[in-house]
Amino acid sequence: MGVQGLTYLIVGLSFALYIGIALWTRAGSTKEFYVAGGGVHPVVNGMATAADWMSAASFISLAGIVSFVGYDGSVYLMGWTGGYVLLALCMAPYLRKFGKFTVPDFLGERYYSQAARTVAVICAIFICFTYIAGQMRGVGVVFSRFLEVEVDTGVYIGMAVVFFYSVLGGMKGITYTQVAQYCVLIFAFMVPAIFLSVMMTGHIIPQIGFGAQLLDAAGNNSGVYLLDKLNNLSVDLGFAPYTDGSKSMIDVLCITGALMVGTAGLPHVIVRFFTVPKVKDARVSAGWALVFIAIMYTTVPALAAFSRVNMIETINGPDQKGVAYETAPNWIKNWEKTGLIKWDDKNGDGKIYYATGKIEDAASTNEMKIDNDIIVLATPEIANLPAWVIALVAAGGLAAALSTSAGLLLVISTSVSHDLLKKNLMPNISDKKELMYARLAAGIGIVIAGYFGVNPPGFVAAVVAFAFGLAASSLFPAIIMGIFSKTMNKEGAIAGMILGLFFTSGYIVYFKFIDPTANVPANWFLGISPEGIGMVGMVINFVVAAIVSKVTAATPVHVQEMVESIRFPKGAGEASDH
Amino acid sequence: MAFENNDKAKGYWNENLRLVLSLLAIWAAVSFGCGILLVDVLNEIHFMGFKLGFWFAQQGSMYVFVALIFVYAAKANALDKKYNVQED
Repeated sequence: MGVQGLTYLIVGLSFALYIGIALWTRAGSTKEFYVAGGGVHPVVNGMATAADWMSAASFISLAGIVSFVGYDGSVYLMGWTGGYVLLALCMAPYLRKFGKFTVPDFLGERYYSQAARTVAVICAIFICFTYIAGQMRGVGVVFSRFLEVEVDTGVYIGMAVVFFYSVLGGMKGITYTQVAQYCVLIFAFMVPAIFLSVMMTGHIIPQIGFGAQLLDAAGNNSGVYLLDKLNNLSVDLGFAPYTDGSKSMIDVLCITGALMVGTAGLPHVIVRFFTVPKVKDARVSAGWALVFIAIMYTTVPALAAFSRVNMIETINGPDQKGVAYETAPNWIKNWEKTGLIKWDDKNGDGKIYYATGKIEDAASTNEMKIDNDIIVLATPEIANLPAWVIALVAAGGLAAALSTSAGLLLVISTSVSHDLLKKNLMPNISDKKELMYARLAAGIGIVIAGYFGVNPPGFVAAVVAFAFGLAASSLFPAIIMGIFSKTMNKEGAIAGMILGLFFTSGYIVYFKFIDPTANVPANWFLGISPEGIGMVGMVINFVVAAIVSKVTAATPVHVQEMVESIRFPKGAGEASDH
Repeated sequence: MAFENNDKAKGYWNENLRLVLSLLAIWAAVSFGCGILLVDVLNEIHFMGFKLGFWFAQQGSMYVFVALIFVYAAKANALDKKYNVQED
């Protein structure tokens, strides 16, 4: 059976598994699902959280980005995992004790204000949309390659699948579906990484192979470390050394920080900590989530390095001068069909050649345009791994995109129907109507996400990075102050959120959309790129909130008592849905 | 009030803050410290085929993060017991 057939088979089987689990968990336990305290074990919850959170961007784009930028890619690795420490230490146990279901619910009650709730809803929706757009792009990329259609068509197919799936999964127990999706995606990710590690270094554990010596053609130690070889290749082709990177230190600091606090402020991740029975479980559940995430995240840089060496060597050939197009490896031709790889024979020698610089730039010798997003998906082909591995990776990419999309659509639809309509605009709405609006919101959400999937404002992980910046500058400070300061009042919190959000989104929109040509380090505020500006937005939020709260009325006593009571676990009780 | 008196409540919260802040100090030291600020210095040191700073940025900090959360969970649970505010 060929790659195509195997892909249909494996993707089909994995889909059947998810739908089967969704139906099976519905059978006995619809009620349990809605009662969030329904006894989800912390390890299981950790696995579901990992699947919920590890998106198409993590699965498809991350290794590609790290592969192209080397050390600079560390911002994503440390940023996204480091956020879980903040989440576990500063937020999860207290929010679990608080016991409500959504982030806007917490902020609405803590700041005793509809306005705070509304600002939080807008932030949450804004974040989810930015985030889900990246997922749709990812789904589109997977479908486009394996169904051999244009990326745009892939996005449309993805929209249909995600809509069907999230309506189904959103209604039923998505937790256990996400556990299955985690298993599929981690297996799909590890198999090629282990294959490559064994082939290139002889080590079965990619994390060790990453730092090991390469094997030569005869299978003996060549005495050359993988990373040294990568540095030499990079420098020869005009790139910065792989292990050094080229971003400024302040920018690396800010991006890492923005991603850390952003992760801790993501509404669809926070929600997961309400589903465990006890405060104790919320604490350790974040740890399990990070264990499952770290299995992949420590493999990502190893896979990135392996595939970088492989990619350069297969394109530029053993003599590093390029390979004749006729004899070019199949993966190049396969991916050319999707438009994600382009070849422009600038010097007319009939050979493909990869180096630094843009393909459009006549001064550069580079003849290849290679989209970051293909690296993970193409790596099994580049390394000539068996067809079933290629098919498995496709299934893993879809599992990652589906689980995250379902979680996000759920937040979008509850934010609109519950937090915005029921608690705000139309308090007398019936349950049936609320449900209808939730579905409608999910539908509109998919359409908007699809639009951004077709017209991506940046490559997948960068779009997701924006969502993190916004979470960092709006929700994170409000939640932290809500827990750790008894005196923070509604005026302060709202002013902080609004200014943080305005500053951050204004900065990003200006440099990314209004005047993209100005998006160079010389024009940046303190040398901080749009990806890292959420950190400044967060500081603005904290400072503004502190000043405004000093000059306005004090926090009511009953709110101060509530803050007091969320600080210790006793009497947590079950989380109520709404 | 689940605490016996106000002093106990204050004591619990202070101990809790101290625990969280000391773990966050380690968190910042391995990531922002070893992985970013001191990366060039640490890169002079070679460790299993890695430059050490690079290793912290792409491997080491993540292992430490995982350990920190489990240490926190264990210590926070012990603190709850000490002040008798654990869940029933």
